[in-house]
Amino acid sequence: MALQISQPGADPGPGNAPVPRAKRNSFSALLNRSPNIRLAGLLAAPAGWLVLVCIAALAALLITALWTVDTFTGKVSQTWTVDNILQVVTDPVYQTITLRTIWIALAVTLIDVVIAIPISFFIAKVATARWQKLLVVAVLMPLWASYLVKAYAWRNVLAEGGLLEWLGTPVGLNSPGYSESAVILTLAYIWLPYMILPIHAGFEKVPDSLLEASSDLGAKPWNTMRLVMLPILVPSIIAGTIFTFSLSLGDYITAQIVGGTTQMLGTVVYANVGAANNLPFASAVSLIPIVIIMIYLFVVRRTGALNNL
Amino acid sequence: MSETALAAVQKPTAEVPAIRLRRLTKSFGETNAVDGVDLDIRQGEFFSMLGPSGSGKTTVLRLIAGFELPTSGTIELEGQDVSGKAPFERDVNTVFQDYALFPHMSLVDNVAYGLRVRGMGRTERRERAAEALGRVQLGKFVSRRPSQLSGGQRQRVALARALVVEPKVLLLDEPLGALDLKLRQQMQIELKELQRSLGITFIFVTHDQEEALTMSDRIGVFNNGKIAQIGTAHEIYQRPAGPFVANFVGTSNLFDPVVAGRLYGRQEQFVVRPERLSLSWDRSAAMHDGVASLPGKVTSIVYVGHATQVNVALEDGPAVVVLVGTELPEGEQLLGRDVTVSWAHRDAVWLPGEA
Repeated sequence: MALQISQPGADPGPGNAPVPRAKRNSFSALLNRSPNIRLAGLLAAPAGWLVLVCIAALAALLITALWTVDTFTGKVSQTWTVDNILQVVTDPVYQTITLRTIWIALAVTLIDVVIAIPISFFIAKVATARWQKLLVVAVLMPLWASYLVKAYAWRNVLAEGGLLEWLGTPVGLNSPGYSESAVILTLAYIWLPYMILPIHAGFEKVPDSLLEASSDLGAKPWNTMRLVMLPILVPSIIAGTIFTFSLSLGDYITAQIVGGTTQMLGTVVYANVGAANNLPFASAVSLIPIVIIMIYLFVVRRTGALNNL
Repeated sequence: MSETALAAVQKPTAEVPAIRLRRLTKSFGETNAVDGVDLDIRQGEFFSMLGPSGSGKTTVLRLIAGFELPTSGTIELEGQDVSGKAPFERDVNTVFQDYALFPHMSLVDNVAYGLRVRGMGRTERRERAAEALGRVQLGKFVSRRPSQLSGGQRQRVALARALVVEPKVLLLDEPLGALDLKLRQQMQIELKELQRSLGITFIFVTHDQEEALTMSDRIGVFNNGKIAQIGTAHEIYQRPAGPFVANFVGTSNLFDPVVAGRLYGRQEQFVVRPERLSLSWDRSAAMHDGVASLPGKVTSIVYVGHATQVNVALEDGPAVVVLVGTELPEGEQLLGRDVTVSWAHRDAVWLPGEA
């Protein structure tokens, strides 16, 4: 900008020792020159881990699903067959279980969306800075407790003579007992933080000035929510649904603790791995949620939600 | 006030101020961001609120828009008390500093938004929005998203969006702050012309004194939540009401009461603008009538293109800035040189009271 001419400074400053120069380091210099070596060094370990744990395990699962079990010895026999997969897809029992599992996962997701939006809105846009931090911690807190503790806590709440019955009886409501509804209720509680966090992050990203602009232009709060907030939040909501939907789809513990006789895909897998000792069939069943999740991810990929995970 | 009363009989609406603030106060915790502001803004006026950051000018704007509610005091919009009303109940619109365009909507939907939430039909509102975009030279871009535009273009969209709903008062919150110098100067002219042709009251918040001086019919200078001075650009610059205004609007050389007493026999502060000071490169200043002069030493020289700022430390006086429009003597050592600074008595502006 302006050219400054001023009188030369007389004071050279404290100390006359020269500033030390950086030491020679030929390895760092090599990395600095060749981006490929740099990249290889960074990625080797995580890529190896990814191939080993994720891709190899998935491949093993797929291969196991194509084997069968020797009914006499109970050992896995490596004869190739698609019987397991055919049975899982065509047997009405498993079709019902698949549909029920999808229904439970959808219901859990819907309940969490409905609860999480107002909570996230309050935390991100209404609460003061101090309360924001406290509330985020409060939302995260249940995640620090064991999953089992929470499931068993709900078992008590849902039990005959439990909290829910005690609260519900005066207003004429019954506790769902140990049932499909109980599973939905418990899973909705357990996965709620996974829905609140991305939606909260989404609300944080919406500048206050957008809400003010909407109101300024004549929109009442409901219109601001519907026309400005929700469209901007869609990717965040989808990010949350990916968590709740996929976590519910694979669940087997809650179903066992509060589900009574309710069978989900996870419980079928669990039973076949354990009691029935039929690993190939368990693999075939576990392919169903994987396929469903992959279809879901493929559908939502275009909304940009995957950038919000 | 008898004049106003007489005019009110003849033209009842024209004399109702567009905005009237009375004892307006806004506190955030312990601090008063706005502290008892009284202000009348006339209809059809281009009014600038000028002040450093934290002076309360933006808070006043937000109070008028309804984004904040006053702690005490009243806001009247064309004679109607709107102090407690929500933003969507007030006939004022805002152009935001960050433009606040809806990122998920095309330009035409952005501009049509205000009409949409007021229940106008789809075809008509889109027609009007396209027309408004045409007026700000963005007619070709109706289906683009805000993210595909440059800063200056977004600025125009924000303007079109606020004007399409035909507000009584348009509020502009430092709208040119993010633009580069050339574009800013161009937008200053366009905004001023737009305001003149529409006849709408504009309230323009800025911390840039040059912007305020070039565009405004009147300026309110804010300091610490209070209005330090209200007046036309000319009044504010030529007759600052106090040391704060003198220093904030343009550069001023402030002389304390001691120097004033010695020179003029008057124990009050006065200021002289840098361009009103003249410099002679020796100690032989001609002493003639109507001119005061003081000896000093050059401490630094700053070349600013159209002129040169020479900083001079006066003997028995303050350090002053002299704006020299002519070429400096060439090939000589100017730093540390003994010089004489002089000014005409009529260029000294007396400041009432102590700072």
